[in-house]
Amino acid sequence: MAQKPILEMKNISKEFYGNKVLSSVSFTLNEGQILGLVGENGAGKSTLMNILFGMPVISQTGGYTGDVLIDGQKVLFNSPFDAIAAGIGMVHQEFSLLPGFTATENILLNKEPLKYNFLVEIFGSRMQTLDYEKMRQEAINAINKLGVNIDPDMLISDMPVGHKQFTEIARELERANARIIVLDEPTAVLTESEAEILLKALKKLAKEGVSIIFISHRLQEVLDIADKIVVLRDGKLVNEVETSKTNMKQVVEWMVGHSVEAKAKDSLNKKISDEVILSVKNLWVDMPGELVRDVSFDVKKGEILGFGGLAGQGKLGIPNGIMGLFPAGGEVIFEGQKLKLGDTHSAIKKGLAFVSEDRRGVGLLLEEPIDWNISFTAMQVQEKFLKKLLKGLIKWRDDKKIEEIAKFYINKFEIKCTNTKQTAQQLSGGNQQKVCLAKAFVLDPKILFVSEPTRGIDVGAKRLVLEALKEYNKEHGTTIVIVSSELEELRSVCDRIAIVDEGRISGILPPTADLEEFGMLMVGSSKQN
Amino acid sequence: MKENSINIKEKKNFSQFIKNFIDAAGWPRIIIGIFLILLFAMTPIAKLKLSTSLSDTLVRVGMNAIMVLALVPMVQSGCGLNFGLPLGFIAGILGALLSIEFNLTGLKGLFSAILMAIPVAILFGYGYGQLLNRVKGDEMMIATYVGFSSVSLFCILWLLLPFRSPVMVWGYAGKGLRTTISTQKFWQNSLSDILSFRIGETFYFPTGMFLFFALLCFLIWAFFHTKIGTAMTAVGSNPDFARASGVNVDRMRTLSVIISTVLGAIGIIIYQQSYGFIQIYNGPLYMGFPAVAAILLGGASVHKANIGNVIIGTFLFQGILTMAPSVINSLLQTDMSEIFRIIISMGMILYALTRKTKGNR
Repeated sequence: MAQKPILEMKNISKEFYGNKVLSSVSFTLNEGQILGLVGENGAGKSTLMNILFGMPVISQTGGYTGDVLIDGQKVLFNSPFDAIAAGIGMVHQEFSLLPGFTATENILLNKEPLKYNFLVEIFGSRMQTLDYEKMRQEAINAINKLGVNIDPDMLISDMPVGHKQFTEIARELERANARIIVLDEPTAVLTESEAEILLKALKKLAKEGVSIIFISHRLQEVLDIADKIVVLRDGKLVNEVETSKTNMKQVVEWMVGHSVEAKAKDSLNKKISDEVILSVKNLWVDMPGELVRDVSFDVKKGEILGFGGLAGQGKLGIPNGIMGLFPAGGEVIFEGQKLKLGDTHSAIKKGLAFVSEDRRGVGLLLEEPIDWNISFTAMQVQEKFLKKLLKGLIKWRDDKKIEEIAKFYINKFEIKCTNTKQTAQQLSGGNQQKVCLAKAFVLDPKILFVSEPTRGIDVGAKRLVLEALKEYNKEHGTTIVIVSSELEELRSVCDRIAIVDEGRISGILPPTADLEEFGMLMVGSSKQN
Repeated sequence: MKENSINIKEKKNFSQFIKNFIDAAGWPRIIIGIFLILLFAMTPIAKLKLSTSLSDTLVRVGMNAIMVLALVPMVQSGCGLNFGLPLGFIAGILGALLSIEFNLTGLKGLFSAILMAIPVAILFGYGYGQLLNRVKGDEMMIATYVGFSSVSLFCILWLLLPFRSPVMVWGYAGKGLRTTISTQKFWQNSLSDILSFRIGETFYFPTGMFLFFALLCFLIWAFFHTKIGTAMTAVGSNPDFARASGVNVDRMRTLSVIISTVLGAIGIIIYQQSYGFIQIYNGPLYMGFPAVAAILLGGASVHKANIGNVIIGTFLFQGILTMAPSVINSLLQTDMSEIFRIIISMGMILYALTRKTKGNR
């Protein structure tokens, strides 16, 4: 294999609104090399690729620092078109194909070979017609280059997912005669056999001199295919290593980091009763993007149970399904009684509460004041903050009590606001999350589900939120189920941590377990055992 | 030097005050308010009597205010502006016709009209609400056509329904309702005249009508301070939040549609008692639009409205609508009042709907 570096990225740093997402990342890609880019969600993989591909989102948010070199020449892409012209192709997670067009038409879209006719003399070159025969030939060439079998005349809408993926890759190959192809989670939608064909095709491409950057959370695939692995964590390059010189365990360790020894000791001494408060059997939840296939688990009274796993694997679907926000099935038994799925009102009434991961969409009344946000659910379900007039015939809102409770939580959680009447949309993310927590605490729940409690909030608020949850658990004995993408966070508060992978629980571990064990469960390697 | 700085400070305070006032009232209301005052100021030039003009304006405000109030519940529950208000009007007309059919007069006649209209309005509102729950996101468009088609349907029914009262049916056939039916001999002004007073020859104040409007305003205000009213507001503000808090979103929306339709029915009856005529057939077709224009003018948005918006909006809109055509007519020596009225009212709706504010006031 030729060892000429085709792409170099040097000291790439990027900030989003003062939030550093990449700091000084450098790596090189040689001709005909396959580079596996791995890292947890939010490690900076997508941002790095967006910089490479000149996505407008980068320049709109203040650009980046560092250099991108192609063939040793410094380049600056202002738009994806520049990147394409330089021979970079990108296959995104979501398909960008025209469903009503054939494979050929999609592959050659906007660069079709044209035929002359007499109208050109009158109306100019825009009147040229498409040379279908030549198009078909070129499409077949591209498909053959991939080494797969796709009918060039088939409509995209009739194709199985795998073929769509191949068509997309063929298009990137054809376009610009790409020399570098970036594939973002190409196997996520494929079946195992399809994925195998794809990997084979990629290897074939690499032999022909095309360089490939391969992003996947299925570590085994990356190890199988890549010549070199680049590991990112929290925006920093952890390691750049030849695949032959490493193994899965090591890579996982690099991915999740090993800087956590701070696991709270008190949870070890904490006594948790054997009483099961919530028992879930064969739960499925149809939540788009977070499908839960078959999940069974027990929650013990007074414990903090964590759900971890990579994004899109279904961990968020679990609380959403139990609370009745998405269609769900299976059996959920709460305190010995069967819970009717899909009935949010009765779930809350029985003592379940939920802090949604979708703060702005589900968690808050953005246009209403803070005190309304905090008290609304308790008012509607538990009839708190109401004055009964005319022997309960009229349930009058008790604005005074609402304001009192809001003031209480504003002080307790240090919510930064002008007064209780400020609307929720004017608060920062962290303070909005505190309002959401207050809303759940006001309900006095027996079991509290918290989804992504620290997503998108600053460090100070993060600590306060986690402390508040811990304290609440300790003082009230409330059972808490936390769903989070951040393993560190789960390890610092939970008594047990379940890892969800592809809609199923792949294992439950104590927080003191080795990071690699967690990592193995996340990347789905233990399923085979 | 010192004096100078104090002067500047005072100026600053004053400009700050002006700024706050503009922020609070909003430019559109200030401009239209100034225009309205100008129109009143021009009455002597146009050889109109100021007292008559004021009185006319007030009567029209009283006549229309409840129909504007009827829009509030649906805006608050997120169903948008109720362009289907004619459905409520039809319920009101039915009540009014029944009361005349039974030969009821005075306040008794008026209130029995209202009482008979309410069950019909509840029924209509329920079905209308079910329909709107199936077309979330497109409520206003669908509502407009619900209004149109229900008016057309009742054009047929007005001919077929077995009303017998000779005041109402066509004289030559003995069946089928007339296009306009006078309420004069039954209950015209029976509500307006309660505690009403006159100042001079030409100024008349319909106290009873305003008291009744105030009562309904109070009821709506109170409703939005109850548990259900709070839930309704939350549904309008963020239906996903409401659902996650265990609120039945569809039921709240249906309830808001029912309240709106009932208020529409009451509104048209009050309108008829003051106007003196029941207009049927195509009469109610466009009567929802002025109400919509008024509430938007009052500063409501498509998903936030309050009673202040109703009162300010009705006064400004009806004020302009009463004053502008008559002033322009007498200045230009023509009679185009109806055309002006349409241009002004439709123009205001157009203006108000294009303002995509996020309901800040």
